[in-house]
Amino acid sequence: MPRPAHCVPQRWTNKPVSGLIELLPTLLEGLRLTLQITVVAAALGLACAVVAGLAREFAPRPLNWLAATYVEVFRGTSALVQLFWFFFALPLMGINLGAFLTAVLVLGLNTGAYGAEVVRGAIGAVPRGQWEAAASLGYGRAGTLRRVIFPQAALAMVPPTGNLLIELLKNTALVSMITLSDLTFRAQMLRAETLRTVEIFLLVLLLYYLAARLITHGMGRLERHLARGRDHGGSLS
Amino acid sequence: MNFDWGYALETLPGLLSGLVITLQATVLGMLVALTLGLLLAVLRHAGGRWIGGAARHFIEFVRSTPLLIQLYFLFYVLPGLGVTLSPLVTGVLALGVHYAAYCAEVYRAGINSVPRGQWEAAASLGYPAGARWRRIILPQAIPPVIPALGNYLIAMFKDTPLLSAITVMEVLQVAKIAGAESFRYLEPLTLVGVMFLVLSLTASRLVRRLEARYGRQARPA
Amino acid sequence: MTSALEFTGVEKRYGELAVLDGFELSVPRGEKLAIIGPSGSGKSTVLRIAMALEGIQRGRVELLGETLWDGAKRPPEKTLRRLRLHAGMVFQHFNLFPHMSALENVCCAPVDVLGVPRAQAQARGRELLEQVGLADKADSAPEQLSGGQKQRVAIARALAMEPAVMLFDEVTSALDPEMVGEVLNVLRDLAARSDMTMLLVTHEMQFAGEIADRIVFMDGGRVVEQGPPEQLLSQPSEPRTQAFLRSVLQPGRQAPAQD
Repeated sequence: MPRPAHCVPQRWTNKPVSGLIELLPTLLEGLRLTLQITVVAAALGLACAVVAGLAREFAPRPLNWLAATYVEVFRGTSALVQLFWFFFALPLMGINLGAFLTAVLVLGLNTGAYGAEVVRGAIGAVPRGQWEAAASLGYGRAGTLRRVIFPQAALAMVPPTGNLLIELLKNTALVSMITLSDLTFRAQMLRAETLRTVEIFLLVLLLYYLAARLITHGMGRLERHLARGRDHGGSLS
Repeated sequence: MNFDWGYALETLPGLLSGLVITLQATVLGMLVALTLGLLLAVLRHAGGRWIGGAARHFIEFVRSTPLLIQLYFLFYVLPGLGVTLSPLVTGVLALGVHYAAYCAEVYRAGINSVPRGQWEAAASLGYPAGARWRRIILPQAIPPVIPALGNYLIAMFKDTPLLSAITVMEVLQVAKIAGAESFRYLEPLTLVGVMFLVLSLTASRLVRRLEARYGRQARPA
Repeated sequence: MTSALEFTGVEKRYGELAVLDGFELSVPRGEKLAIIGPSGSGKSTVLRIAMALEGIQRGRVELLGETLWDGAKRPPEKTLRRLRLHAGMVFQHFNLFPHMSALENVCCAPVDVLGVPRAQAQARGRELLEQVGLADKADSAPEQLSGGQKQRVAIARALAMEPAVMLFDEVTSALDPEMVGEVLNVLRDLAARSDMTMLLVTHEMQFAGEIADRIVFMDGGRVVEQGPPEQLLSQPSEPRTQAFLRSVLQPGRQAPAQD
């Protein structure tokens, strides 16, 4: 059934609204890639963070140095420089990873380097008495870490990890500069096509903001979940 | 393909002049960040429900969105508003605003660590709000957070290569152009990496020294 | 002449908790008044309200005949600031400014707030430090001073503003016992030679009896009993005052029994 014609107001508001809706599919397509890169790089980053963090703290000398070098190099140089080096320089040495793998690898390693410091800090913050208590109960070093130290350190790791994930999400924008059509890349493309700079970039900023809020929200839930477990432990003892 | 030392040496002067631009952008950007960040922190603390709330949301929004987009936004939108700035100035502005949001949070921590009694003592001596901030609160709030601000200076330094996206001839842009001309990216990009590594490690060492100096702060008496 | 401070039907609450409830107090100019009472009785709150650090919900507070608080209405910041200049406060935890030397602590507010020339403020600051027995500590940082010295600097700092009313909020409570005496001596001296109005919230009963013209006993947010020290301390009429005095004058330590 045809709707009554509110022609005038509708036409008046129609243009910008349909304009935004026109832009959205392209941008959402880009957002999907942005999120994919974020998730994969985050997984890699977390793994690197735990391994390097523990290695710096507990591994014997050569391994320990290796971990320290990794952390210093990735924290000491710029993420964009790393990305360019892996994308432009590495292929000349015969290693060609392609844009997506390069992006995920570099952002993952970068996040992992910062994450290693988070892991180290959280483990260092567990009181010495916990190690001694575990040792007195006959736990070895690995057992102490797994059963006693890590569960306590995990809660302290959550807020800085949340910040790291947001930094990672923001850093994914850099992959637009190595030809990947993420959210930022699509925004640039649309801008060139339509010249509607303000709307496009505001929309893109909003999408990134919402993704970041999602991370904050998720980490908040995780933190409450872990803290709840701890309270139970406290009240039982 | 091997690292060609001769070629590396050839690109070095160009890279060093790019590095000068990088350092200029860092220093100027940090000046903007320190000033604007302080303003945001004070507004957030003293601005009441509306202004304080606006400052808080602004900080939150800027911190949660990519610097690159903010950079493009200023680069493409400002001219449309009749503001024409050089790419470098636009870049400095974007870096400054982005890191102002981080600095504001750092200042906030410092402000919150000043005990309530200090505010009350200042009030009891008749200090008006402005002088209370200037003479009593900020001189206590800022020194302990100088190391944290130093860390953001280093972080900003590492973000300046993004200015290459808006055609600023900073060090990464120089390296990329050199690489594109000769099809040899390895040498210039590696050199850029080493420059960043050396400078930021040195700066971190300095920040650690600052921490030693300001870490043990005079406790409120 | 109007009184220095006038509290009329003052009610002050934090959420559900009523700290002052129908509180009445009139302090003539020049009086040395000690306020005693159990913790949580609202003593310190009286001083904080007089210093305009906190507002009230109901009632009225006048400082030197001018309205400071009238019900829950908050006067403009400008008025608060002007009225604050009439009063000075010494805090339990000193609240010295840690980024300034002892002398700067004393002369900063005259310079910053009153616009006194720095040299003049410094000269006056040195006099005041001498008066509290700290002439040699002028250049020390607060963290280099003992608790008793800090509190004496804080007294000098408040005096430098030449307030008409001085408020002393449990100024010896945070001190180690051996330092209480030096601070009390300063106060004693001050009470004897100055015509300032002084309000002291204190747990030092003997000292209160010595220097006060009048003692007010507060409990549950109101004045329970008041009178000249001899009478209130030795022959209190209210049972609550009697109980309180018994508990402070003969706590469970090895002090000789009081009666």
